[in-house]
This record gives sequence, C-alpha cells and structure tokens, in this order.
Amino acid sequence: MENSNKVTRRRIYSREEVCVGCRLCEIYCIAAHSEYKNDLIKTFKKISKRRPLPGIIVEERKPISFGLQCRHCEEPECVKACITGAMQKNPETGVVTNDAARCIGCWTCILACPYGVIRRDYRERKIASKCDFCMENGGEPVCVKNCPNEALYIGNVVEESNMVEESNRGFREMEGRA
Amino acid sequence: MSYVIIGNSTAAVGAVEGIRKYDIETPIVIISDEPYHTYSRPLISYYLGGKVAEENMYYRSRDFYEKNKVKPILGIKAKSVDFDKKEVVLQDESKIQYSKLLIATGGKPFIPPLEGLDKKNVFNFIKFDDVKEIEKVAVKGSRAVVVGASFSGLKAVEALVQRGVNVTVIDIMDRIMPRVFDETASSIALKTLREHGVEVLLKTTVEKIIGGENAEGVILKDGRELPCNFIILAMGVRCNTDLVKDTKLKINRGIVVDDRMRTNIPDVYAAGDAAEGYNFIEGRNMEIAIIPNAYRQGETAGENMAGKERLFNKGFIMNSMPLLGLSIISAGLSESGEGIRVKAIYKNRENTYKKFYIRDKKLVGYLLINDIDRAGIYTDLIRREVDISLFEDRLGEEGFGFVSLPKEMRKERMLGG
Repeated sequence: MENSNKVTRRRIYSREEVCVGCRLCEIYCIAAHSEYKNDLIKTFKKISKRRPLPGIIVEERKPISFGLQCRHCEEPECVKACITGAMQKNPETGVVTNDAARCIGCWTCILACPYGVIRRDYRERKIASKCDFCMENGGEPVCVKNCPNEALYIGNVVEESNMVEESNRGFREMEGRA
Repeated sequence: MSYVIIGNSTAAVGAVEGIRKYDIETPIVIISDEPYHTYSRPLISYYLGGKVAEENMYYRSRDFYEKNKVKPILGIKAKSVDFDKKEVVLQDESKIQYSKLLIATGGKPFIPPLEGLDKKNVFNFIKFDDVKEIEKVAVKGSRAVVVGASFSGLKAVEALVQRGVNVTVIDIMDRIMPRVFDETASSIALKTLREHGVEVLLKTTVEKIIGGENAEGVILKDGRELPCNFIILAMGVRCNTDLVKDTKLKINRGIVVDDRMRTNIPDVYAAGDAAEGYNFIEGRNMEIAIIPNAYRQGETAGENMAGKERLFNKGFIMNSMPLLGLSIISAGLSESGEGIRVKAIYKNRENTYKKFYIRDKKLVGYLLINDIDRAGIYTDLIRREVDISLFEDRLGEEGFGFVSLPKEMRKERMLGG
C-alpha cells in the first residue's frame, strides 16, 4: 500500500570559513521584503518602524561568523508544534511559511525550532517571522545572490514528497458511511 | 474498511497527516462529539480575549477533510467500542466498522468535589463551547474568580483582563505556575499580573460556591468570601478515557501506548492527551498534555496505522506562553533534584530570567522569561541528549547560538534540516 515519491529540494547552506560578518545578507533580505522591493536606499532611509526583520540570523563570536536561516526542514518541528496551523510546509515547493493572518505570536515555533531561526516580529500584530526562501522573488534567495564571498550557497537535498498532493485533487464525495 | 479516529483535535489531525503520507486510498472516518471543523484548543483564550475571530479558530483549512479523504461525523458522541467486532457504536446506535482505530479523545477538566458546582456561571476552560458561554457573562466591569494559576488558568485571566473584567485568581500552591516556576519566576509574573489589576491569592483554595441559581461568589478555605459574577475552574486536565473504561484496553492514568502508539489491543492506537506515552526525560510512561506532543503522537500513530514502522519515543513537556506582555518558554524538567545541577541568570533591569537544569552532562530542562530568542536550540539539546560538557558554561550567555557550540557539532548540525 506504500507509495513514496522522492523530490529534490533546494536548501541554503553557509560556509563560516569565508564569511566576514559583513551582514549584507541581512541588508538585502530586509530590502527584498520591504515595500520598496530591493531598493536599499529607500528601505533604510524612508522606513524604520515598518522595516521588516531579516530572515537570516548572522551569528558572530570573533573571529567566527556565519549566516543561518530557516532550513525548510523535511520534518519541520515548528509546523508540528504550531498551535494554530499557521505554520505549514508547502507540499509542492517544500517551503515552510507562516500564515501571518493566523499566527497569534504564541512563540511555540520558537520553542520548537532546533535552529533558532524564527524571530518575534512586534511591528503590527505579534507574529513569528522567518526566511521564506524569497518565494516572492522567484525563489532565488537574495542573501545568497548578494553574499560577496559566496559564504552562502544553495545545495540540493532529497525529501519524500507529500502523497496527498501528488494524488488526484478534488476527491469525489464519499458515499454513505464507511 | 477504513481507519477510524475518535477525536478531532491535534492528535487526530496529526494521525490523518501521518496516514496520508503513505496511504492515500483507504477512507478515514473522524468521530467527534463537538460539531466544529477541527479547531485549535489553545485559541479559546484568544477568542475570549477578542484577538481571534471564530473563522480563524480552525486548526486546518476548510478543505482539510475533503483533501485527505476524511469523512467527518461531527456532533455525535461515540458511546462505546466493541474491540472484538472492531466497531465503534455511536450515540445514535449506528455502528462504524474499523480496520484500524485511533483513540484521541483528549483531556477532560479535573473538577474537585465542591459544594455549589451545579450553579450557573461555573465554567471549565477547555473547549470552544466553554468560551462561547463565558463571553456572554464576561462583560466589562464584571467580577470573575479563576481557580488555578497554571497555563490554562492564566490564559483565562489574560483574556478576561483584555475584556475589562475584574479578575481574582486563586491557587493552592505558594506560587503561580507551580509546576514550572520557582520563586523568582513566580514573582516576575506576579508583578505583571498585579500591574494589570489582577488579584492573586496563593496558598488557599475554594471551599464552596455560593449563590442562588447563579453563582454569586466563593468562600475560601480561610473563611474569606469573594463575591463574583462567574467562576472559571482551571485546575488541570485528566486523560479522557471515559469511552473505554472497564474494557480490556489497558489504562493507567491514560491509555498505555508503546513507542509506535499501539495499545494492548491489536489494531487499536491512542495518542494525545488521552494517552500515556513515554517521557524520555522522566524515563517512564506518563501523560504529556501539550500540543507538540499530541501532534507527534498522532502523526506516529497514523504512520504505523498505514503500515509504516515509525517510532516516537522523544516525548517531553514543553510550553510557550505569552502572558500580558511577558514571554515565557519552558521545556523538560523544571525542578531540582538528586543529581541535577541548576544554573540561573536573573537580570532585574531587563526583567529576564533564564534557568537551566543539567543532569550527567546533559541539558534536561530550562525556563526562559522574556529573553526567549533561539529557545529551540536548547530544546534540541534536550531532545537529542547532547553532551554539553564542552560548552555548558555558555548556556544562557548573550548571543547563545550555534556559534557557542564546538565547531564539529556546529558544522554537522548546520548541514541538517
């Protein structure tokens, strides 16, 4: 009865050996998610309160530094722990996204995430904020694109796909009691 | 034939998703005595506080049942289970055959024997219907007594404060959140509660509920009388095993399950607040009544019901609770004991508190107040039973993260996901 389909997903990795801690990844991430879409000057001159949080966390303990963002895990602890169902893994893209409309800022995802890459966003309603793999930028993460040292790169991982989505959508109404 | 799930909350949804990873054909039937589409139990306090509307109470999208080939039978109680005939009997006497059964009946409120319990305006705080009743009486300026100052009691208090209700919360212990908080943590939260006008009475309990047809007040053990318009009982949950008690199903406090969520009866599984699974930190089976655990148990049950051998033996307590502007996260053990070392960092000025519990080179518990960022890294150290001796001194340091771990460990972890 078992079906299983393997799919290849992309994931962002980090090389601490060549990271210089310049934080350009943060800057570009903020700009890409601001209302001024990728315009650094406007993002940082015009808005302060409304400025998005970076989806990448730059860790530093001199001389070491590296960037880290959501792994979009195959078995995402945040999704399984989420109390509202706001945090979901997209079965087609594998990207884990928080539905801002349904997030209530209870921080259970922060408690659950093994990578510590979810932030508390207090800008308007309290919501959890994290990397969205730049899906609105065509799935090309700007942090990777703009890292001057190629300290961030994209690798491939193989995951099991979700069977429900692979099967025919829109099932017939089930008839009678099972 | 079909999979049958009794229950429609976190564990049930986890089971549906677990089954559907491997079996997209066999029908699933969900039976619930509540009439609602699967909804999030913890959201009831947010609903009551006016933070979440009814249409946002759902735990999974509206097309969840259809998409997953689930037939929901809602608003009808399961009356009994005949394990020999492999069928569930409903309140309306109809019978549902199962090939595999999951019992995910959740928790029920613990209610002490109290005089006056039968009066109107005495509420529990577990289900959606509870808050639908409470919102009718929780009007601005009314007076409420909340019995129990643990998670659900305090979430009720917060919602009532948001509604402009005058609240008194009572707990028999000498501190609030007694199972998780020590003196320091309790005093931080007490200060916040009192700043919001909440009256907190500790080391006492309600002796009886007074009034006519409606509750009009409570009398405490020390003889004090507190007038109020309504009462919320939040003294904890017990495993809800009413449906299957006095059957051949093995029940201790909850339904006893192994690491594949199997009960002692073939083809019968249990998960969530009704079950008693393995808590690896305590080293014994016990009820772990939290959402992340209910989901994981449900998912594991579903995977095994679909014929896949998957284990879940990493259950432990973890909780995150915002309370009137405070952020509180705790996981694992929360009291000291033999062989346990404690490290605590309290910063008065920042109003932050961090406490770690260490047992033979492993982190076995922690509590964070306000400075909760990256808490999940600590949770993961507990979950994977990591030897922390090389970096124990860094726990709780400013900027704690992967950078605080030994290089090999960090590299190995950062390639995961």
